[in-house]
Amino acid sequence: MHFTHTARFAALGVATVLTLSACGSSNNASSPSGSSTANISCVSGSIKASGSTAQKNAIGEWINAYQKACTGATIDYQANGSGAGITDFTNKQTSFAGSDSALKAENRPAADARCAPGTAIDIPMVGGAITMAYNVQGLSSLTLTPKVIAQIFNNKITKWNDKAIADLNAGATLPDQTIASFHRSDSSGTTDNFSKYLKATAAADWPYETGKDWPASGGQGSKGNDGVTASLTSTPNSIGYIELSFAQDAKLSTAKVDNGGGAVEATSQNAANTIAAATITGTASDLALKLDYTITKPDAYPIVLVTYEITCTKGLPADQAALTKSFLTYTAGESAQAILIDLGYVPVTGLVSTKVKEAVANLA
Amino acid sequence: MTTHGDLVARGSRAASTSSGESLGDRVFRGLTLSAGLFMVTIMGAIAVFLVWRAVPALNNNSGSFFTTTSWLPDQTPPIFGIAALLFGTLMTAGLALLLAVPVGVAVALYVSHYATPRIGKSLGFVVDLLAAVPSIIFGLWGLAVLMPNTGGLFKWLNDYLGFIPILQNTTGIYTKSMLLAGVVLAIMILPTVSSVSREVLVQTPRMDVEAALAVGATKWETMRMVVLPFGRPGIISAAILGLGRALGETIAVAIILSALFEINWRITEPGGNTFAANIALKWNEAGTNGIPALVASGLVLFLITLAVNMVARLIVQRRRTKEGTR
Repeated sequence: MHFTHTARFAALGVATVLTLSACGSSNNASSPSGSSTANISCVSGSIKASGSTAQKNAIGEWINAYQKACTGATIDYQANGSGAGITDFTNKQTSFAGSDSALKAENRPAADARCAPGTAIDIPMVGGAITMAYNVQGLSSLTLTPKVIAQIFNNKITKWNDKAIADLNAGATLPDQTIASFHRSDSSGTTDNFSKYLKATAAADWPYETGKDWPASGGQGSKGNDGVTASLTSTPNSIGYIELSFAQDAKLSTAKVDNGGGAVEATSQNAANTIAAATITGTASDLALKLDYTITKPDAYPIVLVTYEITCTKGLPADQAALTKSFLTYTAGESAQAILIDLGYVPVTGLVSTKVKEAVANLA
Repeated sequence: MTTHGDLVARGSRAASTSSGESLGDRVFRGLTLSAGLFMVTIMGAIAVFLVWRAVPALNNNSGSFFTTTSWLPDQTPPIFGIAALLFGTLMTAGLALLLAVPVGVAVALYVSHYATPRIGKSLGFVVDLLAAVPSIIFGLWGLAVLMPNTGGLFKWLNDYLGFIPILQNTTGIYTKSMLLAGVVLAIMILPTVSSVSREVLVQTPRMDVEAALAVGATKWETMRMVVLPFGRPGIISAAILGLGRALGETIAVAIILSALFEINWRITEPGGNTFAANIALKWNEAGTNGIPALVASGLVLFLITLAVNMVARLIVQRRRTKEGTR
């Protein structure tokens, strides 16, 4: 074949670009400092897991750390959503499922059948804080109560300098602008937990059922935590609810929440205090938690969520059971939970953490 | 009198009944037949799947499927309906067609009859390139570039043309609206409409065009009397192809629209949702009743597309028999 000079140069250029781009390494997960993996008792094998997108980053970090320490192990986590994760687990496609909420009563029989002779249990592993992130120029500090939050997202409070907000923030200059509120247009566990919080603390102003879909009219919806974050950063005078890690990465200001015991800032530690005070409603090894959204302790941030790993007490095939137990033992341990803070998640601490370690130790 | 058709029929009959039909011919005929049957089977399988998976949800709905606007299939009791989705889908697709078809046909006319050959070729090439851009890129561009910059235009529409109810805006927010989604969809379907129209308009018989010019028609009158009527079936097919793409566009709409389940005729206000975007947004977290509900909405979309395509075929068929050609 006979190519002209131009064609030859063009082909060479394209080939060079393609080769160089293939050589570039993509290092998009920032590894936190001080992750000690000395306490892992390694098991070889390969397991699959899937589920919640909220805990995707945390599980990803943990899998990296575990596989680095244990070269014979392969763990594959697909973040395709809590609903899809539970379906995969019940259909024996995965060894454990990540879910934003504990197994519902209607899903439990099928999951238990999958785990025969054992049962399916929920193990809380990753916590998160839902922050009220806002983008108002000149407003560096903002305090809100549940009632005011409900009225903002319900479109009853429409201006930033409304009396209700001004009363809580004496001394702050609130602009005379319409509040642009953002919610999630897709189904999400974040919406589910936020609506549970509002229902528990401000039922009079939030007359909707709780659920993964946004129930109120008005406001604007964006897809995913990242979509809401992008909308907040590009829209002045906006407010929305996003997870702590997203607010930290985008450097958005977050409001302090006052449940009645004082204004509490949205930090990992404050959120961990709320999760540690949760009551366990599951029976036997099942650790489904009931979070106390009305908590009034001065250092407990009340708008939190917990994601669970759903697995079998016994009944997993032998080649999956040992690796699943070893991985979950690692994730429940101190060093793994400490990694969560760096990533903007919330560790499971206190009495709940003790119960988690017990439940994992009893896995067969 | 034997017509050309008779001769062809006789010849093919002879070829098929004589033992002289080669193995290669038979194999090829079998292959093409099975390819055709395969397509029909796939369509049938899709239709059966949609109906079968959708039925449990339809039985388990405490609201009317066609008139309820909210979408809460996993609540107890479940209540969901496609009224808002149907409105949103038809509105965004309709806006896209309204904006894209005139521009697409104009581009096709320019390239085929007004431009010099060289300019025509390069312009046509660039427009065809637009069709190769993945649709999510349009969505991201619409979100990042169009949305912050069209607020002023939509506000102008409200201020000066606000007496038209559809262009009013009572919320003061001009982003994430159905008009914006319609604009992005229009840009997405423009290459399809323009390239198919161009293919058709280029085939206008030169004799008819020259005859019109010879009796003293201006260029525009020639277009209006000869070229456009000749190309009308093709332009309708182009519009239907574009409509099909607009009806099914998923991710671009999902990231632009605000996903509110209500029927809002004011197209510059935030809100709206379409079938495809709804499925994309809700699928992952849908529960045991949510998934059949989404499949039911997919079935409705499937039926709408079938209906639109059948109407288009009817229109094209009738025009062909009326003109008595082809």
